[in-house]
Amino acid sequence: MLAYILRRLLYAIPILIGVNLLTFTLFFVVNTPDDMARLQLGAKHVTPEAIDRWKVEHGYDKPLMLNAAATGSAQFTDTIFFKHSAAMFVFEFGKGDDGRNIGNEIRTRMGPSLAIALPVFVIGLLVNVSFALLMVFFRATYLDLWGVVLCVVLMSISGLFYIIAGQYFIAKLWNLLPISGFAGGIDGIRFILLPVLVGVVAGIGSGSRWYRTIFLEEIGKDYVRTARAKGLSEGRVLFRHVLKNGMIPILTGAVVVLPLLFMGSLITESFFGIPGLGSYTIDAIQAQDFAVVRAMVFLGSFLYIVGLILTDISYSWVDPRVRLQ
Amino acid sequence: MKPLLEVRDLVTGFGRVRVVDGVSFQVAAGETYALLGESGCGKSITALSLMRLLPDGGRVISGSVRLGETDVLALPERDMRRVRGGQMAMIFQEPMLALNPVIKVGEQIGEALALHQNLAGQAARDAARGLLDAVGVPDAVRRLDTYPFELSGGLRQRVMIAMALAGRPQLLIADEPTTALDVTIQAQVLDVLRRLKAEQRMGMLLITHDLGVVAENADRVGVMYAGELVEEGVRNAFFASPQHPYSRMLFEALPRPGDGGRLVTIPGQVPPLDGPMRGCRFAPRCPFAVARCRAESPGWQVIDDQRVRCHLAGTLPARSERELAAHSVKQAAPPLLQVDGLKVHFPIRRGLIQRTVGHVRAVDGVSLDIRAGRTLALVGESGCGKTTVGKALLRLIEPTAGRIVLGGETITAKNVPFLRRQAQMVFQDPFSSLNPRMRVADILLEGMDALGVGEAADRRDAVVQLLRQVGLPDDAGGRYPHAFSGGQRQRIAIARALAVSPRLVICDEPTSALDVSVQAQILNLLKDLQDSLGLAYLFITHNLAVVDYLAHEVAVMYLGRIVEHGAAADVLRAPRHPYTQALVSAVPHIKAQTGPGIIRLAGDQPSPLNPPDGCHFNPRCPHAMEVCRQTYPEQTELGGGHWVRCHWVAGQI
Amino acid sequence: MNSIQPVILWTDALIFALLLAVLVLVWLIRRQEHLLAPWRVVAQRPMAMGAALVLGAFVVIGLLDSLHYRAQLTDSPADAPQYSVEVLSVFDALTSELRSRQEKTYSAPLAMQLYAKEFVERDGATVRDYPRLQYGGAHLQRADERLSDITRRTLVGATQGGLASLLLFGLLAGWQVRRTRLAVGAWLAAWRQGSLNWPGRTVVLMVALLLMLGGALAQLASGYHVFGTDKVGQDVLYISLKSIRTGLVIGTLTTLVTLPLAIGFGITAGYFRGWVDDIIQYLYTVLNSIPGVLLIAAAVLIVQVYIESNPDIFDTAAARADIRLLALCLIMGVTSWTGLARLLRGESLKLRTLDYVEAARAFGVSNVRIISRHIFPNLFHLVLIAIVLDFSGLVLAEAVLSYIGVGVDPAMYSWGNMINGARLELAREPVVWWQLGAAFAFMFTLVLAANLFADGVRDAFDPRLGGRR
Repeated sequence: MLAYILRRLLYAIPILIGVNLLTFTLFFVVNTPDDMARLQLGAKHVTPEAIDRWKVEHGYDKPLMLNAAATGSAQFTDTIFFKHSAAMFVFEFGKGDDGRNIGNEIRTRMGPSLAIALPVFVIGLLVNVSFALLMVFFRATYLDLWGVVLCVVLMSISGLFYIIAGQYFIAKLWNLLPISGFAGGIDGIRFILLPVLVGVVAGIGSGSRWYRTIFLEEIGKDYVRTARAKGLSEGRVLFRHVLKNGMIPILTGAVVVLPLLFMGSLITESFFGIPGLGSYTIDAIQAQDFAVVRAMVFLGSFLYIVGLILTDISYSWVDPRVRLQ
Repeated sequence: MKPLLEVRDLVTGFGRVRVVDGVSFQVAAGETYALLGESGCGKSITALSLMRLLPDGGRVISGSVRLGETDVLALPERDMRRVRGGQMAMIFQEPMLALNPVIKVGEQIGEALALHQNLAGQAARDAARGLLDAVGVPDAVRRLDTYPFELSGGLRQRVMIAMALAGRPQLLIADEPTTALDVTIQAQVLDVLRRLKAEQRMGMLLITHDLGVVAENADRVGVMYAGELVEEGVRNAFFASPQHPYSRMLFEALPRPGDGGRLVTIPGQVPPLDGPMRGCRFAPRCPFAVARCRAESPGWQVIDDQRVRCHLAGTLPARSERELAAHSVKQAAPPLLQVDGLKVHFPIRRGLIQRTVGHVRAVDGVSLDIRAGRTLALVGESGCGKTTVGKALLRLIEPTAGRIVLGGETITAKNVPFLRRQAQMVFQDPFSSLNPRMRVADILLEGMDALGVGEAADRRDAVVQLLRQVGLPDDAGGRYPHAFSGGQRQRIAIARALAVSPRLVICDEPTSALDVSVQAQILNLLKDLQDSLGLAYLFITHNLAVVDYLAHEVAVMYLGRIVEHGAAADVLRAPRHPYTQALVSAVPHIKAQTGPGIIRLAGDQPSPLNPPDGCHFNPRCPHAMEVCRQTYPEQTELGGGHWVRCHWVAGQI
Repeated sequence: MNSIQPVILWTDALIFALLLAVLVLVWLIRRQEHLLAPWRVVAQRPMAMGAALVLGAFVVIGLLDSLHYRAQLTDSPADAPQYSVEVLSVFDALTSELRSRQEKTYSAPLAMQLYAKEFVERDGATVRDYPRLQYGGAHLQRADERLSDITRRTLVGATQGGLASLLLFGLLAGWQVRRTRLAVGAWLAAWRQGSLNWPGRTVVLMVALLLMLGGALAQLASGYHVFGTDKVGQDVLYISLKSIRTGLVIGTLTTLVTLPLAIGFGITAGYFRGWVDDIIQYLYTVLNSIPGVLLIAAAVLIVQVYIESNPDIFDTAAARADIRLLALCLIMGVTSWTGLARLLRGESLKLRTLDYVEAARAFGVSNVRIISRHIFPNLFHLVLIAIVLDFSGLVLAEAVLSYIGVGVDPAMYSWGNMINGARLELAREPVVWWQLGAAFAFMFTLVLAANLFADGVRDAFDPRLGGRR
């Protein structure tokens, strides 16, 4: 088990290097350090000296990938790529263009992101599984048929609509909850309720329809017939035998996104004014802040890989047939 | 005496199709009633109708089912649940699929105990352990906490039986309970069922396609055909003189020991059940059919201990014993294929850097040779490596070591195309061996195109020729495989192998997925082709009856090695290796056994990952000695090309 | 009539290439029984066929909107014609009234007055009031005629549509009666009972519904702004209809990019295993692990910079917007092939162990041939299911991306841009809802139709679901 995790973590290193390489190339294909400096300094202050100074300050005064002037391993290490990538592996992200420390920002913004994403995830999972089980219990009846139609309708509605409709009706028209904003502690709950509600509702359609398919597939298997042949009631067959098997793909499918919850949701956070990582990312995209975007890409990739490892581990927990080695 | 189970005029349908059509029979307490029939005859659906566990879309249309005093079909679902598992229990064909993979064995049995005996906690655990003991699961306490996947096939089926017994049922329905198991394991499981039935005076409804299983286990037999029961009788009377033409032909289609003649086959196919039915359903395939058979559905006629639905009942000519023609003996030709020390090892990787820590020795030093026009049967139970041998010979799996000489040429990586012109393969499952997206003609052309056989212009004609050769209509080439039945598909697969005119055909269980009557057709075809084309066969199988019919020589494999080898008559009639002896005696026979008592093997075949020290067979061998646990036995010649690898036999000489 | 200069934008070319490919595929499928059979199943499902008709209506509009041209300037000489910089489409020509009748600013659906108060001259005095619209309801004398006029137009339009559908139904019945050699009465009875071998009732009803809706819309649109006008006074119905093409392009061209990558990498990895598999798995883990939005954002920024630094290549605003749309499809395609590739890899791993592949290998059939004859045809249904399932997701994604600012060109008509533009106006009192409403309604209709159709296709093609439900 330990050897397995260790191996997977080692395997993560080339992937993270690949991720860095990719984002790095993407950004520098058209956007040279000179362009970046010009953009940051603003039209008024652009002089060759100012550009050079900016580049030195931000560490962009070296060759991109390969330093021909240096010798030995410094050929590779004394470059923009290496200087900006190597630090990330110890989670040292440096400063954004606004001069703030990215690491600090991430730490303070994780909380609000999680405050929305985690409840959406947990409640969503519960709601979807319950709804799916309900449809499966009444399978081949009109309840099931209209349940599926409802799911298709729900998943055909744009996520933006849920947010805008939620904000307009619940917050603005009926004044039940604040339209946006965030606060820590107990007081913050009223800010969280609306985004969580919207997040859960937006996910019901596709989620429960997918789970329904999984459960239906299980219900066609031989062991279900055996359970019925034992004389078990339909409810017990469903809740004990089918649910236990069906939850294996559902849980492990959910685990992979678990670490990514830290990243928050871009759209929800920006609509509801949550000071989380999602809105941080959007702001960075719109401000073309390369340092922040790169840090977020790295963080996202890292968390995704952690998610993959967790998926495997959770498999070995919930499915006795899986052994890690 | 009042019967335990009484089924009257049961009709079960899926939509407009009547899969079971007016079936009536009775089962008494303590009696085993066998429902015999080929696939698709409606025997499983009959059983599921009794349990009211029909798959979606199926429903009982009419008829009555009485279990004791209970009218099963009239019960509300609530009460039916008490009957299920409580008064009648069922065990299924494939124990791996029929047990819940993520719930421990003990809990699965416990569920039934809680439901029908109100047992919980330690009491339930004790009762579950008792049940496992009763079905002969060794080390029962520990097994309670295992998952089904950790058990072997035989143990799984025993767990299944224990679970069925948990409700103390009066009637046990066993749906092909041993079809998925190896013969030696099948014998163990059937023993358990027989013993339990006698101990608990249960009625048993045994559903099977295997006449041998019926002969050894049933008290009475019912034969089903196309949704109807066509014959019923006491076992001995039925086996002595089957009355229905269909039953007779089932017997005659069975390959028999030492029989070199042709098998009787049943022409045509089971009629589709969704069309209108007139007359006797078997009439279109019946050699005795008269005009009346086609117009009028026959009623039951009673003949002593039997009853039969046939207009001609009692008037059929007496069964003539089939002529026992000896195998055609060919001139001893030089060996076509010589295999020496063939090994196939699969590495096992573990740890941080995926180091190779060991090998699965799937094939571990197999040597054999086959002469032109002869058949060598490679016999063994699942997992012994026999299929791997076949694939390694064709280099579908790269052999780890060993020398293969074919037609005088040593096969290396360089002359693989030569190998593929000379040797081809026929696979087990005709449904997965034909690409559903290709026309039959394209399937047959593929090999000729790839190996450049003949002129491109002639190949289309060759396809028609091939189709005729295997007994398919000329227009078959334009159709897709799904338009054909299992037997016809296997003919296509044979034609595909023949397309490149090979001299050796490796047949990997070519009939094990087929019904008896279809199996006979394929076996006849293989034999004809051997006679006319002088083909050599490597016939890989677990079915000893087929071996007897087709093979000139037999090699018995156990855990990657050949343990006995010799002429078919010698090995099958006078087996020397204890494993071969057990294998031969485990096969259920239609006729009463004479000679030494049946040898029952204990336990399962060990994993090739970690074979036992010394002789691989020693943990299961009744004659194991100290030396068997230490060294692997050398070859012991018994004369006439018959040899074994066994210390015990060696000691006797 | 002035001469025109046809303009073929990049996406136009690709769309028509795609159309051609689909037609060729249809022709091929018609000749192969086993390929045709599942489509017959699809055709028998009322829900799928109804959805297909709606999709068809959208596709027709999208195709009409993809035939682009530049009109000749009226005062340019005939021998050396000069053309307008504005690129129009056949659809624009058909709806020129909608396009040209521009108001000053917001107006509510079917309104006859502007949404904002202005100083207007009335009876010689200047008062602050809602001014009458220049076009919307301009034919009306008094405000109280409006309601009856709207009702009348709706009824007339619906009746026209109804008559047209009756005519069509008559033609259909005549054709069917001739073809099936049934009596007219018998065919009608069969149609009414739904015992034809295709969902006749649903199709006829759906066509009638679409025609009636179209008729009513056309009648209303000739006198009003059915969905109101936006901030600069443009007709929202027109914008919504123009956005159809954007949605379709994103939904289809993206898949066109995805497919070769997913099929190529997926099958290669699954079939060859070993180091090939390792490399491809590495590739897709890397791509998968980067949050998709960030990757798309980065790439879109690059394209933007490229367009800005090469203004001479793109001579019209339409060409610029078009290349950005194409780039977006490309980027979304490159980032989204991993899911399907993974599925195909897994399936190829299974297929390669099947006996018919072994049999082919026993003949020494080359790998390329095995893949093209044995592997690919047997997982084609998965590809097809993925295409139809992905479509709706992509249409929805466009809206989100445009909201973040990394979607299509802000000047392009798209539902995402409509939502983005209208979002801030929700704070106005009273609220400006029609732009959002129209965008969501159109998007919902398209996505719902696509989802229902996808459901039908999946049920017919996925062997695991076969027979169940």
